[in-house]
Amino acid sequence: MDFSILTDNFGLYLEGFKNTIIASVIALVSSFFLGVIVAVMRISPVKVLNWLGTGYVEFFRNIPVLIITFFFYFGLASIGIELDGLKAGTTALSIYTSAFIAEAIRAGIMSVPKGQMEAARSSGLSYNQSMRLIILPQAIKIVIPSLGNQFINLVKNSSILGVVAGLDLMYQADLISARAFVTFDVYLFVAMFYLVLTIPLSLGVHYLEKRLARSH
Amino acid sequence: MKRFLKLTLISILAVMMLGACGKEKVGGGAKNVDAKIKKQDKIIFGVKNDTRLFGYKNPSTGKVEGFDIDLAHALAKEMLGDENKVEFKEVTSKTRIPMLNNGEVDAVIATMTISEERKKEVDFTDVYFQAGQSLLVKKGSNIKGIEDLKKGTKALAVKGSTSAINIREKAPETQVLEFENYGEAFTALKSGKGDALTTDDAILYGMADEDPDYELVGGTFTEEPYGIAVKKGNTALVDKLNKALKAVKDSGKYEEIKSKWIKH
Repeated sequence: MDFSILTDNFGLYLEGFKNTIIASVIALVSSFFLGVIVAVMRISPVKVLNWLGTGYVEFFRNIPVLIITFFFYFGLASIGIELDGLKAGTTALSIYTSAFIAEAIRAGIMSVPKGQMEAARSSGLSYNQSMRLIILPQAIKIVIPSLGNQFINLVKNSSILGVVAGLDLMYQADLISARAFVTFDVYLFVAMFYLVLTIPLSLGVHYLEKRLARSH
Repeated sequence: MKRFLKLTLISILAVMMLGACGKEKVGGGAKNVDAKIKKQDKIIFGVKNDTRLFGYKNPSTGKVEGFDIDLAHALAKEMLGDENKVEFKEVTSKTRIPMLNNGEVDAVIATMTISEERKKEVDFTDVYFQAGQSLLVKKGSNIKGIEDLKKGTKALAVKGSTSAINIREKAPETQVLEFENYGEAFTALKSGKGDALTTDDAILYGMADEDPDYELVGGTFTEEPYGIAVKKGNTALVDKLNKALKAVKDSGKYEEIKSKWIKH
């Protein structure tokens, strides 16, 4: 392995790493909240919300994230909405991942015993209050391991920014490999940068899982 | 914390092992490409599939066509006696040198500029086409030439092309955004992601041909001699290609191909 590639292009790697972190953090937070909202819609007793939620999930999880990204980058531009690569890529990533998160959280809600909702309602809470205060906290706790998977996927999928000039790690790596005429090594260093992000994330999820299990 | 360190260390070691495997692969494929061509009785050319006039996959026929393609056929006729003893594989600016090095293609004829940097990686034949870098803009744009690419403007280019490197030198204040291929770069220009698209004039003419709302401005500001690239060290093959190229030029076939594609 040729470490001079890393040292010679450290500025570019760092710039890419920074943008990958920005995109990942924003997409992680927004896809989580979006996912919760869609999950609640999917199990809502209101038919219209139900349909909207189901349509959202089935549409976005069944098309490649590349196409969603192109839509936000090229498609929106044709109706006058200008997003740069970083913004378009992060939005696409949030929406794509939120469809998977919604499904995970829905599974969590389904596995909370029915009696919980009934007890909450009969103690005087409204449907919305019961959902927010009783059901969701339990549901999310149950699905933390599968949320962790989605978040790790999200960090790796952020490489999609590279195709719309999103200035992320993958984009910078493409430029470095083109200039240095080295392909494999350039991307190995990229893999290391991703590991620096995903391993702590994976351990964090693990920690949370254990911690919350204890509080039961 | 201990666990974190352990896991990180193991992962990084795993990546480095991958790196070690990769090293062995570099330089793989046939060393003597000339012998390989003789054995397989055809030449595998790496060509562009997204570059109008040079190498472009016609969506209605599914066939790749253009100047580079016709020239490859003519070279095969000189070298192997049959213009159909060729196989075309798609390369992009980004993939052509790696594909040449791992033996997936025997020669690259893909609007490739002969540069000193690249000569360290691959061997080139004589110049087969003389192009120059220029700018493509929407008609009526404020950009009239390279000098208008000031701070706050955006230039679009393709990853791995010499034009992406040149534009940073010639217009250091402009922000350069690089895309996977010319199709995407041109779409980006059309959707207003940048002020000008820059690459060789020959390629830009193909785009202006496709959409008359766009035009070339400012003339050329570099010289881009195109050459055919082969894997480093294959001088015998370079000689044969040069001989064939000369024969194609002498017979008038070259002019015929050129006037068929390049009308400017």
